Amino acid sequence: MQVSIKYFASLRELLGEASAIVDIEDNVTVNALWLLIIKRKNIEFDNVMMTVNMEYVKPEHRLKPGDEVGFFPPVTGG
Amino acid sequence: MRIEIREQPFNAYAEIQRYLDGLTIAGKCGATAVFVGTMRDFNETNIITGMTLEHYPGMTEKHLNAIAGEAVTKWQLLDVLILHRVGKIEIAEDIVLVATWSAHRKEAFASCRDIMEQLKSSVPFWKKEDTTSGAKWVDKNTPGY
Repeated sequence: MQVSIKYFASLRELLGEASAIVDIEDNVTVNALWLLIIKRKNIEFDNVMMTVNMEYVKPEHRLKPGDEVGFFPPVTGG
Repeated sequence: MRIEIREQPFNAYAEIQRYLDGLTIAGKCGATAVFVGTMRDFNETNIITGMTLEHYPGMTEKHLNAIAGEAVTKWQLLDVLILHRVGKIEIAEDIVLVATWSAHRKEAFASCRDIMEQLKSSVPFWKKEDTTSGAKWVDKNTPGY
């Protein structure tokens, strides 16, 4: 299945891209996708926040086709 | 209720007056609470010369709307105004404005604080500060309580 990914802030800079579309196995968790990304890109990144369709999710959240996944560092607005 | 993300500088106090002019809460409103966050020229360790604020278009507005909507219900507010800057921000410019209107001060104070703390802890904005020793992402917000 295909999902889209958006990266923000320091993670976006570290990866050198703001978004990506990836093909992954059905029913994969958002954490499994994250582990795949850091392995493929050979990066280390602590305290990543995970969202699916613009809502915060737990790492064990299972993805569906067409989901928009967000990965980013802790927020610092205000 | 109005939620807005803005790239252009704003004057928080002028925005409050402009918004208030369009409201019809006179006679019902007994309390207004306001928080304005403004760009400093220092942090814990550096002199700051400017800042860039990034957000997650769509998610940021969605979560601000949800927080404001919940506050209206929880605190029985008459109205809420939230403005937040993104993009390049200069020293002394306003970054965020939260204003709440209610019948009594308890609800106005509590809701303004609650909205601000939720914004700081969960709404997707990220600050990158320009310092005299280079540009650095802010890694966490200081606790508000």
